[in-house]
Amino acid sequence: MTARGAGAAIEAEGLSRHFGAVKALDDVSFDVRPGELFGFIGPDGAGKTTLFRILTTLQRPDAGSARVLGLDVVKDFWAIRTRVGYMPGRFSLYADLSVEENLRFFASVFGTTLEQGAKLIAPIYEQIAPFKDRRAGALSGGMKQKLALCCALVHTPELLLLDEPTTGVDAVSRREFWDLLEKLRASGLTIVASTPYMDEASRCERVALIQRGKILEIADPRRIGERFDRPLIAVRARERMRLLEALRAHPGAGSVFPFGDVVHYTDARPGGDARAIADAVRQDLAARGIADAEVEIVSPGIEDVFMALMQRRGAEAA
Amino acid sequence: MSTPATRPKRPPSTLGAFVTKEMHHILRDRQTLAILLLMPLVQVLLFGYALRTDIRDLRVAVVDPTPDVATLRLRSRLAATSRFRLLKVSTTTNVLPELFQRRTADVALVLPTSFAERMGRGDTAQVLLITDASDPNTGTTMQVYVRSVLADFERDFGGARPRAGAIFIAVASRMRFNPTLESANLFVPGLIALVLTLVSALMTAISLSREKELGTLEVLLVSPLRPWQIIVGKVVPYLVLGFAITCLVLTAARVVFSVPMRGSVTLLLAESVLFTIVSLSLGVLVAARTSSQRAAMLGALVGTMMPTALLSGMIFPITSMPGWLQPVTRVVPARWFIVIARGIMLKGIGLEYLWRETAVLAGMALLLLVAATRSFHAHLD
Repeated sequence: MTARGAGAAIEAEGLSRHFGAVKALDDVSFDVRPGELFGFIGPDGAGKTTLFRILTTLQRPDAGSARVLGLDVVKDFWAIRTRVGYMPGRFSLYADLSVEENLRFFASVFGTTLEQGAKLIAPIYEQIAPFKDRRAGALSGGMKQKLALCCALVHTPELLLLDEPTTGVDAVSRREFWDLLEKLRASGLTIVASTPYMDEASRCERVALIQRGKILEIADPRRIGERFDRPLIAVRARERMRLLEALRAHPGAGSVFPFGDVVHYTDARPGGDARAIADAVRQDLAARGIADAEVEIVSPGIEDVFMALMQRRGAEAA
Repeated sequence: MSTPATRPKRPPSTLGAFVTKEMHHILRDRQTLAILLLMPLVQVLLFGYALRTDIRDLRVAVVDPTPDVATLRLRSRLAATSRFRLLKVSTTTNVLPELFQRRTADVALVLPTSFAERMGRGDTAQVLLITDASDPNTGTTMQVYVRSVLADFERDFGGARPRAGAIFIAVASRMRFNPTLESANLFVPGLIALVLTLVSALMTAISLSREKELGTLEVLLVSPLRPWQIIVGKVVPYLVLGFAITCLVLTAARVVFSVPMRGSVTLLLAESVLFTIVSLSLGVLVAARTSSQRAAMLGALVGTMMPTALLSGMIFPITSMPGWLQPVTRVVPARWFIVIARGIMLKGIGLEYLWRETAVLAGMALLLLVAATRSFHAHLD
């Protein structure tokens, strides 16, 4: 259990929520500090969206409690709604309204004006301002995403909740978007975002790994690799399918999973000498007829930790 | 500060902005708007010109085995009326089955042999009247027309001997309020109900479920907007649109078919607004219970359009429905509205006779409005 600071932006305690027989959230506890950029990372169906809907007061938990900006998500939901900015998974814009009309509409919904919200959104809005008379439906994915962000910020919220904000956006726009989030965080805004992408999670100050409704780990993404207790080997070969099969057949193989254009391999036994393992793998692959294998020792990233944690969970559940 | 009562006051512009936004949706969807405005006009013309239940140009076949003075007179009498067209005169009934099967004849009149002689003697002359009753309503109407011609004929030529019982039917009937049975007069009130149902129930259901589908509703729910504000913002533009279309239909009916307006236009428009509110609430209810535009459209069609078209008395008279079905029509709002609209337009009566129907509509409006607002939660679940 984490120590709770009096001024925590979010405090969640034992949150559970099920839909029929499916447990979307199972006893989730965490807290977010004011001014923090906090990430949730996990596969589809891990419970991220349900968690965000509880934090934005759209859905209520079956058990447990959560306080957002010091307010209870069940009792004080009207007060929370004026002070939180939310961007749901699918960008919710009106395609037949222009950029500016969308912004003005969402401003008025929150009882404010575009002019009053201008200060916070200025750095983002200046990028889409040239298209302010264009219909939102005619914008590119990245532009739509920036407009959605502006709409979520136009009422100057104290907390920004983003549920998979970069889904369906190209890699360049994704990077730009996270640059914007870091800028916003630097101005003092508390941001909680979920993502299925590991590279985005590593830009958070802290990230919670979530799977099947449970938080597996909350850690600093830059130091998460330290929790990896065995050497990690990256192998590259032209025929990836054969490489995967060969590595899985290697005696003592722990986890083998594709990672970009390489395959990450760990031994089943903890500890062990990295160099010795790498040599054994190289010889074994050569014996199995994969001559072009490049084997190197790498430091584990967040994905590796995640995969390891998921695998351990799966083993415990079995 | 947690209770809704102490929440910060919303600036008055919120609702206005919502209505403006909704108007943008309506005005920018040119295709739907064109359909919404043109369809009522097309329907007025269709109902007025094509789907008539008053019958003109009846094709009559006469079987006259022994033509004589009397039968010739009767034939020319038939041919002289604007309603009949003498199609064929034959001496045998053999031709009749084919005429009816091919739908070339609507009515056949089979005269007895030596008609003039029998009439002269004052004997009973049996006349057989055959009508194509594949549409029973039309069949009945056609019989009435022919009988009236026969009655006239009898009065003129057999009047001296009233006991001459051959053609003795003297039907005394009067069609009140719509003496010429103009179908446009009957259809226009129903048409207003149908169009209002379409615009308010169907369009509201579609537009609300579209926001659900697109996810914009999620954002609106997270905002401090109250559910009733979202509903009012959604509903007001369609109320205006419905009002405009009602005026359009009334004007078209008046200009093209001279449909009478014997009562108060103001009262009729006020009742239309009441009926629109009922339909709008139904639309919101449908949208609240469906998750996709397609489902909402089907729900609105089956739940509101079909009852309005079939069970309101607009096309099929309620009195000719089976006994168990008649009470069911009482829950169809259009049934009450059509009684009101016909009363105002054709009979020129006011609230003193229509307060009961108005009260039913008002009750429905209140009930459904509450139900619609309730169905719309501040939470997603």
